Amino acid sequence: MLESTGQMIQPMNRADQETQAQAARLRYRAGLTLSEPAFRKILYLAGVSVLVLLIAIFLSLLFASLPSIKKLGIRFLIGRTWDPVTSQFGALPFLVGTLVTSFLALLISTFFSIPISIFLGYYYREGKASSFVKTVIELLAGVPSVIYGFWGLFFFIPIIRFIEVELGAAPYGVGILASSLILAVMIIPYSASLGREVINLVPTDLKEAALSLGATRFEVVRKVILPYARSGIFAGVLLSLGRALGETMAVTMLIGNSNFLPTSIFSPANTMASVIANEFTEATGAVYLSSLVELALLLFVVTTVINVIGKVVIIKTSVT
Amino acid sequence: MKRTTICLVAALTLLAIASSGMAKEQELIGAGATFPYPLYSKMFDVYSKEYGTKVNYQAIGSGGGIRQLINKTVDFGGSDAVMSEEDLKAAQAPVLHIPTVAGAVVVTYNISGNPSIKLAPDIVADIFLGKIKKWSDPRIVSANAGVKIPDMAITVVHRSDGSGTTNIFADYLSKVSNEWKEKVGTGTSLNWPVGLGGKGNPGVAGLVQQTPGSIGYVELIYALQNKMAFADIKNKKGNWVKPSIASTSKAANITLPDNMMVSLTDTDAADGYPVAGFTWILMYKEQQYGDRAQDKVDELVKLVWWMTHQGQKYAEPMEYAPLSKAAADKAERLIKAVTYGGKPVMK
Repeated sequence: MLESTGQMIQPMNRADQETQAQAARLRYRAGLTLSEPAFRKILYLAGVSVLVLLIAIFLSLLFASLPSIKKLGIRFLIGRTWDPVTSQFGALPFLVGTLVTSFLALLISTFFSIPISIFLGYYYREGKASSFVKTVIELLAGVPSVIYGFWGLFFFIPIIRFIEVELGAAPYGVGILASSLILAVMIIPYSASLGREVINLVPTDLKEAALSLGATRFEVVRKVILPYARSGIFAGVLLSLGRALGETMAVTMLIGNSNFLPTSIFSPANTMASVIANEFTEATGAVYLSSLVELALLLFVVTTVINVIGKVVIIKTSVT
Repeated sequence: MKRTTICLVAALTLLAIASSGMAKEQELIGAGATFPYPLYSKMFDVYSKEYGTKVNYQAIGSGGGIRQLINKTVDFGGSDAVMSEEDLKAAQAPVLHIPTVAGAVVVTYNISGNPSIKLAPDIVADIFLGKIKKWSDPRIVSANAGVKIPDMAITVVHRSDGSGTTNIFADYLSKVSNEWKEKVGTGTSLNWPVGLGGKGNPGVAGLVQQTPGSIGYVELIYALQNKMAFADIKNKKGNWVKPSIASTSKAANITLPDNMMVSLTDTDAADGYPVAGFTWILMYKEQQYGDRAQDKVDELVKLVWWMTHQGQKYAEPMEYAPLSKAAADKAERLIKAVTYGGKPVMK
């Protein structure tokens, strides 16, 4: 973009420039528009401010968690006991809980989100049915998470409890499975919408070429669309993973909030976001508070690392 | 550090708005415990209509209230727990604990038919320690002769969020069980040996009502309002006591210390319910700090006096236990000890 504007300015060097500049000055005085450099500066500032914000968040989390980093060191990462009474803070169960629920949710959601994106992006690109489904998906994305939590509590929990009773497990209902299921429902809209966009962008020539060679629609999906769009679909999945990692309210309501390492899919567990939300208001004592901030830092780092890995995969898998 | 500055800036802005906008009308800012919040908002509403002083109380939790008091961003804090040694040190100046009402924590359960049951202290402790795993345990059955106790596995439900309710319950268990004291201890958040966590009283109540064979603890008010089943508990004097507003107030019929920094769990009161506790207004004894004006301090003291006297009549209708005579007397003395520049505020 910058390059092209540079090229556009260059040819207008002589007489044109003066009139152009005069016109710009007039417009500027009239308050209708900004001069080109000023506009560019604004864009630049907006871009930089995002970066500054990110670094500022990281640094303030880091500084606030220094007391706990100094006091606990590596024990924070490998410890299994979270005991505010004796000031032992091991975040391993929460780290595991976060990762397990999020990836399980991702696994469940892709079974729905990829077919949905193929359905909307290729089979039914236009028409009433398609736009209706699209609207519904957008609505799903807009439902507040506490509502998902309630729904999970009244709908998933009794079903899971029934299964647990049949299998002879403890009839908790709440736990890893319940939270993963609700997270899956919550993140489907993200990966599905992005998936639909990318599949929409697959060049028509490619699809038509395949069809003209006698390919069925299913073969077009398998051999043309998916290979072409896979990095975009993956990006959508990644975006939804970010949402799953940080989701707090719905998970708190369904995970059982138990500070042990989960042993099965039915185990109650806890996630980092949930612990922070639960304990922050009543946390007293410097190390306790700082440990909660360090938990936030850990969540921040985990999200960043997963995103970076995702970016690499996107670049590696992208066509063109 | 960062948060402190943000809080300070926010509070200063609020103060600036308050002082510039309403030259005459005072506004007092408080923050803290959620437990007394419904009562406080009723009290403050009545008070502002009567005396024109607005009170802005934010129910952010006892821990948050203590932090804001230490940072001096509020006029008073609210807490269900006595400030810890560490917090008192951080406050740098003496902080008064003025009791306003008492509350109780009840043990609620979900077993078939929900019969009314009795639980001895050691049984409660062992259930929450995970040592008693079935409702048909001989110790439970023998304490409840004539009651049909089903043969079900016990699911323990506790609070997942840090809470004064947990603090009172854990304080009680620490007093009646050495094992609890050593293994778990007392605090607003605990390392629970067993069980599921629910967020807030509604979260615990929801899990208990949904999970067959479960047992949990909630505030008495919450249990009363939602008509939940709760157990009678044997108190220190060996009497079985049904949790109620009256038996909660009676738990404070003991010799109270002058500073009122006292727990009401497992007291010697003969007919008092043993899992009870005060909720306090926290304020600095010496009110001349920062740029606080005398008339603001006058208003604050007047408010707290009103809350512990005339305001008490709003407690019982809202299912809080009002201060006993002994507790009200001690509260009175504490309020009279508040000074501004070394001189008592109340004459």
